[in-house]
Amino acid sequence: MPKVGWLRVPLVITYAFLYLPIAVLVVMSFNASKTPFIWTGFSTKWYGELLNNELIREGFVNTMIVAVGATILATVLGTLLAIGVARYFRSAIVEAYSLAPAIIPDLALAIGLLALFGMLGVTLSLFSVLLSHVVFGMAFVAAVVIARLGQTDSSLEEASRDLGAGATTTFVRITLPSLAPAIIAGALLVFTLSLDEFVIAFFTDGPSTPTLPIVIYSMVRFGVTPEINALAALLLLVSFTIVLSAQRITRLTDSV
Amino acid sequence: MTTTEVRSSGRGASRRRALSARAVFAGPGLLYVTLFMSLPLLLILVYSFLNRGRFGGIVWEFTFENYARAFEPVYLKVFTTSIVIAGVTTVLALALGYPTAYAITRLSPRWRTVALVLVVLPFWTNFLIRTYAWIVLLNTEGPVNSALVDLGVIGAPIGLLYTPGAVVVGLLYAYLPLVVLPVYASIERVDRQLIEAATNLGASRTRAFLDVTLPLTLPGAMIGAIFVFVPSLGNFVVPELLGGGKTVMVGNLIRDQFLEARDWPFGSVFALFVVALLVALFALQAVISRRINGRGRARA
Repeated sequence: MPKVGWLRVPLVITYAFLYLPIAVLVVMSFNASKTPFIWTGFSTKWYGELLNNELIREGFVNTMIVAVGATILATVLGTLLAIGVARYFRSAIVEAYSLAPAIIPDLALAIGLLALFGMLGVTLSLFSVLLSHVVFGMAFVAAVVIARLGQTDSSLEEASRDLGAGATTTFVRITLPSLAPAIIAGALLVFTLSLDEFVIAFFTDGPSTPTLPIVIYSMVRFGVTPEINALAALLLLVSFTIVLSAQRITRLTDSV
Repeated sequence: MTTTEVRSSGRGASRRRALSARAVFAGPGLLYVTLFMSLPLLLILVYSFLNRGRFGGIVWEFTFENYARAFEPVYLKVFTTSIVIAGVTTVLALALGYPTAYAITRLSPRWRTVALVLVVLPFWTNFLIRTYAWIVLLNTEGPVNSALVDLGVIGAPIGLLYTPGAVVVGLLYAYLPLVVLPVYASIERVDRQLIEAATNLGASRTRAFLDVTLPLTLPGAMIGAIFVFVPSLGNFVVPELLGGGKTVMVGNLIRDQFLEARDWPFGSVFALFVVALLVALFALQAVISRRINGRGRARA
């Protein structure tokens, strides 16, 4: 690292601070001891226990239902919203409004949604969680796609229309393909966000269908167990893989 | 038809097309945001002026009672605790995040991307698990305690977990990436020529940093500070898991009013406070940002 000098100090502190706790969790997940913070020997038994844990398995299935559904809906709505905002509205206020769900405090959104579902008489279930996850998910997809639209100019679309292609043809043949990498990256990000989201799910989920983060929350409140370490290691791996793929996909388009 | 008529009807048609394109593309999304974000927030606003139902929910009677109650000493104490804890977290996040962001801008482009990805990566992982990691680390028998004993800093393990300090560490861990990104972006935008001009005119590098870089990156640092401060106030998981329920913050209060005390209107008051604070701080940031940028342009 050239020209960094004393600035190495904050860099080292920050990365150590961010990654040491994660590293400890992963190492401890291979610990034979029943106490997750005292090392006694190497073992993979907690991963086996994890697979046998009924609650975690159910939580995982529930989370996948929500994450897949929310990702599909958020990706479609978010992509259309991004095109509408960046190409047809060109208004800072409309753009800010579209992206607001990504920065609104999650707890306020969660209780607001709880109040809304209560007023509409919607029974809390995985479906209400899914609907709730779409709100912020859509904003994240829109943000990624708007950024991409800012890099591409609309001349190709104009050329297509000038040459007589209809709006639909232009959209399907020109707009969508050029946006595909951003859309995929956005979808991957929403998927991880939904997979890991706790606060909104905690308030909008029904009692009989807990998502995985809700299961983790009740386990962690109850105490530390080596199983949670194993689960943590697996979830970290999943999130890292997805986010790094999303990053690669968007980087590839940056260089085009 | 005259030519002007043709032209105006053509313009009308294209305007209509633009309007329908807006409706087709942005319509569903904007409707969704309105239904599932604006309406819920509006409901909280309305609820904050109503009476509580006996078993949760609300009774449609108008009252200011909830706002009056928020000023009772018990709740004021929660406010001060929250502001102190979120404030300390924000100061630490800036103290660590600003130099980190600055150091990243000095790296080669290739390393810069790697460094930025490594900063954001933990942010995308499960928040509960990141908090859980600190339960393991700060335990009396955990790695931090044994390291401190081995280094001779302390004689015997001390209670690190379930303290306000643990809450600050947990919040810092959760939100540090959110400071680095906006600060990085603002340092990146600073015109290097301005700094060169300052040093050419005899300013030391420290002087140039203090007079040029720091003021110009203040808006970015403010964004980062808001991204740490506001979510810290509204976080109920970290105070519960790392503070052991001893440190009660605004987030815990909101959660308890909705899930335990079943006083939705009263809980709504505090939720609104968090949202209003976010909006107010962003407005303040926008004003300061405009003033700083305007001054820069006037000088140039």
